[in-house]
Amino acid sequence: MSITGFLTDSTLCIGCKACEVACKEWNGVEADGYDWSGYSYDNTGAVGASTWRHVKFVEQTPVPGFGGNAGELASWTFSSDVCKHCENAGCLEACPTGSIVRTEFGGVYIQPDICNGCGYCVSSCPFGVVERNQKDGRAFKCTFCYDRQKVGLQPACAKACPTESIKFGELDQLRLRAQERLEELHSRGMEDATLYDPLDSSVGGTHAIFILRGDPRTFNLPPSPDVPTIYLKKSWTSSAIAGALLLGGTLLAFWAENKNGRRRNAR
Amino acid sequence: MSETVPDASGPHARELNLKDSKSERLNSQNSIDLERERRLEEIRRAAERHGQLQVDGARAAGAPFPQANPENGYYQIPLLKEPSWTWEIPLYLFVGGAAGAAGVVGAIADYTGADRELVKHARWIAAAGSVLSPPLLIADLGRPERFLAMLRVFKPKSAMSVGVWTLLGFSTAAAATAFAAFLSDRYGPSLPLRVLENAGQAASLAFGLPFSNYTGVLIGATAIPVWNCNAAELPLHFGASGLGAAVGLMDLMGDRKSGALQALALGAAVFETWEGFSIERRSDPALDPLKHGTSGLITRTGGVLSGPVPLILRTMSLFGSKKRSSSLRRLAAASSVAGSLITRIAWINAGHVSARNYKLPLRIRN
Repeated sequence: MSITGFLTDSTLCIGCKACEVACKEWNGVEADGYDWSGYSYDNTGAVGASTWRHVKFVEQTPVPGFGGNAGELASWTFSSDVCKHCENAGCLEACPTGSIVRTEFGGVYIQPDICNGCGYCVSSCPFGVVERNQKDGRAFKCTFCYDRQKVGLQPACAKACPTESIKFGELDQLRLRAQERLEELHSRGMEDATLYDPLDSSVGGTHAIFILRGDPRTFNLPPSPDVPTIYLKKSWTSSAIAGALLLGGTLLAFWAENKNGRRRNAR
Repeated sequence: MSETVPDASGPHARELNLKDSKSERLNSQNSIDLERERRLEEIRRAAERHGQLQVDGARAAGAPFPQANPENGYYQIPLLKEPSWTWEIPLYLFVGGAAGAAGVVGAIADYTGADRELVKHARWIAAAGSVLSPPLLIADLGRPERFLAMLRVFKPKSAMSVGVWTLLGFSTAAAATAFAAFLSDRYGPSLPLRVLENAGQAASLAFGLPFSNYTGVLIGATAIPVWNCNAAELPLHFGASGLGAAVGLMDLMGDRKSGALQALALGAAVFETWEGFSIERRSDPALDPLKHGTSGLITRTGGVLSGPVPLILRTMSLFGSKKRSSSLRRLAAASSVAGSLITRIAWINAGHVSARNYKLPLRIRN
């Protein structure tokens, strides 16, 4: 099986939210209600237990020619966010039940029949993707349409995207396509186009990569995400020192008292 | 429906007054903000020409919501999710920490031939903790009926998996020790009971050492900034907090003559005092939830009750009459126990506050 990935090209996204709708319909994810976040036309603000694809609406002050807009209009960038399916996934490492597994396609998948809702993955995700559904009790996130991929279909969001802003395919191929696309964008004067793929972080790259314009932080993408397992070594070292101190201190305290007591008795 | 009559003290009046004072200030300064005046003219011209405004007026200056940009992130919406844990977890951190330390103290006290009552008290605290801990952890699960799913794997890289197995080992051992000791006291000693008691005690000691402080690793190895920036400090901190609580409980149960317990409690209080100073001294912005706001107040309360207060009271109890010394020790013990519980609540609460900080995970400097 080949390792698959998402390449989400925000320069092609028109903010239609077809990916959100397709994801909800295919996966039977509950509705988020009709609330607006108040931040542009964004409903939910972030991915979560009931939002496995989330279109970000970034309004910026007018820059003549930015994105081909007329000079007096605010520039508007959209980007469809999703679980990053990290190479070193914090949620997968943290899961104490083995519910979260790596699929044969390289995706990170929560097996809903095993998850017992301990919530440790929620605090271990450096991208704030996994969330516990308070009504259901279990943790949920993008499944990378594992069921569809198993029968050779592309994920629902990629299939529904009308502009091919969401591209699905072999990860290696997508990385090459992303470089080609970046060169094309740069040659067209969009010098600020970048690829978000944190290969040099402890996360070790992601299986969902993004073409963006400007700083990734504008899209709530951390410049250098860390997988929490990097803290294990120093934390367990501290635990071992604490255990040794407790053992040594207790032995010393009772031994000294014993000695004093015997001396007192002898007198 | 009654008509609202604007009265002199209503919000409209205040707004009017505000405007008056503003124009007064303008007049008094005898100068007009030319740029803002030009902006008004621009709006008027645009309205005349197009019949509607198409100029850059979508976001008024001083609009109450932030923009999405590299300084604000995505509209200042936090990247991280808040921990989904409920009140059971800080209580478990307290109970488990005290029980683990009591298991160690009880075993060592028994091996060194300390007072029988003291050993018994330590064992009872360990046993009570081992009975209370699993229900607390199970109650926090989103699907409590599936708690056994934790026992289908052992994952060394998951602090929670290691912790669950440690808890299982400790709980079994501590409960068995207390149970065997209870049966021997009641029906007389016998070989099987002595074997169970000794094996249980040895296992309580072995599992108690990691069990008393692993919760520091549990929250340290996460994506929450205030927790992971203390990954190396938390196990020591929680270990000292657990020891303070265990010894405090034993003092309250009547072991106030033991010099060994006094020494251990002083050690824990010294460490907790140092830990408090070290947190206050470091100037990492990730530590802000431990210093500022309500979360900071809770942390400092827990810190003062676990560190300086018992330290001073116990030092005072070293001098003076036996009766005064005993009551000072009782006060110090109560302070340590309360401090340990509040410290655990404070750390979990600080984690929530930390997760709401949009700047830290995006590495945005203030």
